[in-house]
Amino acid sequence: MSSISLAVETHDVRRIYKIRGGKRKGEAKTLIALDGVSMEVPRGELFGLLGPNGAGKTTLIKILATLLLPSSGTAKVDGLDVTTQTQEVRRRISMVSGGETSGFGLLTVEENLWMFARFYGLDNKTIKSRLAEMMQMVGIYDRRSTKISDLSTGLRQKMNFIRGFISDPRVVFLDEPTLGLDVTAARDVRDFVKDWMAQNPDRTLLLTTHYMAEADELCDRLAIIDKGKTLICDSPENLKRRLQSETLFNLKIQPLRKPTSPEDVIEAVPGVRSVTIADQIDFSELRLSLEGEDALPAVLAHLSGRGSGLLSLEKREPTLEDVFTQLVGRRLDEDTSQNSTGEGR
Amino acid sequence: MITLSSARPEGDHRPMGFADRLLSLPFVQRSDALRSFILGAWLGWQIESNWADPLLFAVYSFARPLASVMILVVMYSVITDGATQQPIFAYIYLGNALYIIVGGMLAGISWAVIDDREHYRTAKQLYTSPLVGYAYLCGRGAARLLIGTISTIIVTVFGVLLFGIPITFGSIDLPFLIASIVLGLTTLSGLGLIIGAISFQLGRNAWQAGELISGALYLFAGALFPLDILPPVLREIGLIFPATYWLEAMRRALLGANMIGFQTFAALDNTAITFILLAMSVGLWISAAFVYRWSMRQAREKGVIDLETNY
Ligand SMILES: Nc1ncnc2c1ncn2[C@@H]1O[C@H](COP(=O)(O)OP(=O)(O)O)[C@@H](O)[C@H]1O
Ligand SMILES: [Mg+2]
Repeated sequence: MSSISLAVETHDVRRIYKIRGGKRKGEAKTLIALDGVSMEVPRGELFGLLGPNGAGKTTLIKILATLLLPSSGTAKVDGLDVTTQTQEVRRRISMVSGGETSGFGLLTVEENLWMFARFYGLDNKTIKSRLAEMMQMVGIYDRRSTKISDLSTGLRQKMNFIRGFISDPRVVFLDEPTLGLDVTAARDVRDFVKDWMAQNPDRTLLLTTHYMAEADELCDRLAIIDKGKTLICDSPENLKRRLQSETLFNLKIQPLRKPTSPEDVIEAVPGVRSVTIADQIDFSELRLSLEGEDALPAVLAHLSGRGSGLLSLEKREPTLEDVFTQLVGRRLDEDTSQNSTGEGR
Repeated sequence: MITLSSARPEGDHRPMGFADRLLSLPFVQRSDALRSFILGAWLGWQIESNWADPLLFAVYSFARPLASVMILVVMYSVITDGATQQPIFAYIYLGNALYIIVGGMLAGISWAVIDDREHYRTAKQLYTSPLVGYAYLCGRGAARLLIGTISTIIVTVFGVLLFGIPITFGSIDLPFLIASIVLGLTTLSGLGLIIGAISFQLGRNAWQAGELISGALYLFAGALFPLDILPPVLREIGLIFPATYWLEAMRRALLGANMIGFQTFAALDNTAITFILLAMSVGLWISAAFVYRWSMRQAREKGVIDLETNY
């Protein structure tokens, strides 16, 4: 792909944070948030970064949105270097963080959006029509004269969300856009994203999420990111197709007894490709990936051998969650800071 | 939850009106810096002038500075047995009235930096847009300056009417006054911008940085007493502080012949002071440009542009 048609391009981007609290006093510890990320997003694409909390998604977005410098490597947005051509990049982009309920509380919704539109140098007529249209699209038009401090957090988030689009940016960065929104508001936001991309086919949108259903629904292509590294990058369909040779089951079982030896784990049962376990209050949820259905009886035998009975069993189609699990050996909603110690916990 | 009290009447674009017309001028629309300055000033005015509560606004902005000057007047009167006709009284009174502006200029910008970042949590939104940071921040400072200037004028008029501060049409040296005002603005805003730029490196507690600096320098600026009283070492602090020269210039421009006898810089005539202020302006603005660029880069490197201190 020639770099002129790329909206976002990163080359071996690393970002290291210095953090306080080393073993000895005054000693600086470092944390590698991004460990060599290279990716290319062509113009017109709705691209997703899918990864668990702490994977480095926000860090990458902040670098692309000029808030943060990479420790090494290069990043370009719309062909411009984010480190050196900052002002030019800022003219072309916008960034919205989900869960962002901040704002100049003393301004009204309309004043706040007007101010940001003016920062981008839009003219009066454009501002008027675009503001009205976008406020109507997300349903805050009748609250336009309300002070931000008097809005519910959901409405504030919607206001911040459309702030990201009023300047008609060439590249939009959305960091977890539906975080903390209720189901309907999240749907409004996703619909807005889809409509906007359909109406502006030359615009590019990069979003991060740790909701795999959202990534699946919205993204043309996505990269799975974990511990500062992108593991794979493809369309959701292609990613799921990789798992077609696998047979997937969801099981609810009674709690398992601890394994008696390192060999006495589910992973060791013949035909088991991967397994994750999530403990609920009075049962455990097992997500199994098998080479074929005929491996199932051996697994059930293993379970009853460890004192656990089967509560329910369901065969299902592969999701992005399974893609992640297959690549990383963990579930997406697990915190990265936890160490996984066998049995996918 | 419906809160009627804060809803403005339909179609009422009062606060945007004037700014909106300015921003629609073609040359403004083309300039990132001009737009940033105007929007900063507009926003600053919304924040500084609490229209929801005009009484509180008036008390805080005008009655409070007036009260603090009155305390000084009372203290002075007790110590000197009511000798407000002495030239030293006009010296102190005007010095304090004008120091309201100095304080506002030094603290205003750093306060805006921290306020955006920690209170409104909008730094992320602002600094990913194509605003020109220093122009925007100067705009925020200008709104504060306007209120500070009104305070100073009120306090000064009070002084003339109540305590006979000898400012008359004859005593005012208009060309020197205009030069002093312009150079005061450039010098003090340059200094304010430097403090503001450095505030990007500091945490939440930095909202007081500007106030601490202006408070600490108050004693050395010739606002409370002539510099000559200070021991030579401490006097040096006053002599490198631009506000010292500005206060002196303003007093001379306003009082004219009526202040003879209390010239801190007896050896410097008005032209010399003007040139000193001019040189300081240029120096401070060049430094501010470097400090701002350095600080923004440093902030991006450390990831603190949008720092939100956890409570
Ligand atoms: N300002 C910071 N200082 C130190 N560490 C940070 C900072 N911001 C993020 N991190 C760390 O960097 C890693 C990646 O964080 P982040 O980019 O926020 O991940 P994500 O958005 O995918 O949840 C995490 O381990 C996080 O704790
Ligand atoms: Mg994040």
